[in-house]
Amino acid sequence: MKKVLMGNHAISYGATLSRVQVIAAYPITPQTQVVELLSEIVANGELDAEFIKVESEHSAMAACIGASAAGARAFTATSSQGLLLMHEVLHWASRARLPIVMANINRAISPGWTIWTDQNDSLSQRDTGWMQIYTADNQEVLDSIIIGYKVAEKVSIPLMIVLDAFVLSHTYEPVDVPDQEKIDKFLPPYKPKIKLDPEDPHAFGGLTAPNIYMEFQYNHQQAMMEAKKIINEVGKEYGDITGRYYQNLSPYKVDDAEYVVITTGTISKTTNIVVDKLRDSGVKIGNLRIRTLRPFPSEEIYEQLKGKKKVFVIDRNISFGNTGIFFQEVKASLYNTDIRVPIFGFVTGLGGRDVTPELIEEIVNIGIKNEKPEEEVIWMGVKK
Amino acid sequence: MFKPGKKIEFKSAKEIPLTPMSLGDMTHNYTGSWRNLRPEIDYDRCIDCMICWKFCPEPAIFIENDRPKIDYYFCKGCGICVQECPVKCIAFEEEGK
Repeated sequence: MKKVLMGNHAISYGATLSRVQVIAAYPITPQTQVVELLSEIVANGELDAEFIKVESEHSAMAACIGASAAGARAFTATSSQGLLLMHEVLHWASRARLPIVMANINRAISPGWTIWTDQNDSLSQRDTGWMQIYTADNQEVLDSIIIGYKVAEKVSIPLMIVLDAFVLSHTYEPVDVPDQEKIDKFLPPYKPKIKLDPEDPHAFGGLTAPNIYMEFQYNHQQAMMEAKKIINEVGKEYGDITGRYYQNLSPYKVDDAEYVVITTGTISKTTNIVVDKLRDSGVKIGNLRIRTLRPFPSEEIYEQLKGKKKVFVIDRNISFGNTGIFFQEVKASLYNTDIRVPIFGFVTGLGGRDVTPELIEEIVNIGIKNEKPEEEVIWMGVKK
Repeated sequence: MFKPGKKIEFKSAKEIPLTPMSLGDMTHNYTGSWRNLRPEIDYDRCIDCMICWKFCPEPAIFIENDRPKIDYYFCKGCGICVQECPVKCIAFEEEGK
């Protein structure tokens, strides 16, 4: 059924269709409506779930960990400072190999106090051992939650769905809400591989000495690498029932392109408009949207960028003292390959500043005009 | 009385569970080796009240022939029994003396 939904409610519907059994969350702008709607859905009896009100985001994730360890499908959502407060338990969830799915609405970090979007909150959780998927429209948000559970439960790794504050979270778009029956077939009830069970008691997460700790990390990494394939497989399976296919990468007119812009989140939708415009004037350009940050689809990025002349990475984030983070990731993944083309790193749109088609066109023009980047980080739209 | 369990050892990452979890008991883990002070019951003065048995947190005191007995494989030497004994018949001796 088609509905007109804000991104936040697309998340709530995604979680409802996934038949989550435990929801633990603490409200924070711009995430609040996600759990507001979920609490109504649970209170109305439309979803058979425990809704746990907690006193902080740290507790929200801790409650999800307990629920997931007991064999329930657990869900939470947060943003920015809330996600940062969760940091310690995010590591716990992933190393305990619990397939929790959470939504994080990208909100910039304070100070200065802000509620608008950029990616530094989720990117500072890059190494927590979670999978991270960056979405670009409300339909993808809803679908990614459902796909997310299937992927997470297959590889026993938690998964974070990321979306832009306000640009998606509070913006209404037409969204196809799939039939519950269809989703039930796609995503059967969660069958935990191990769980807390009084009939078969075990203690989890106990002291792990140097003689065996490393093997757990090795297995976690192997599962993460396996997830690259699983995300594409499950994305295809979902496409076969809904007509909407999701993969690690979302290329737009990249095949015959000479120049490729690399984008994430909603900036990529704006970039597609710019690509169309420039194509009309004869510029062979494409846009490669990275959906999956962890696991990082290095091999697929290599395949997409093979034979291109130049690459322009747009980052809505900054790693102070280095560069934009997707720029680092792309460069690092290509270093041991035969691709030796200039890669430009642009930082823009921090704290929710608009990234307009004009600005993206300017980025492309800088990239095409200059033989190679003159600066390691090219700040765009900043009043220097 | 005491019967040690089997220590589970893993040879490779392929054998280990999904996440660190208890699979056997801990009776192979002789925590008695942590002990610096060793409680010893003077059975001539002991009144068999079993207060030491009740208070031992491990529990490393068991009952044998109606008398309390300390299991030195697991007693960590915390001294709670020494403190709680109503007739002060448990002495604390330095290990290795």
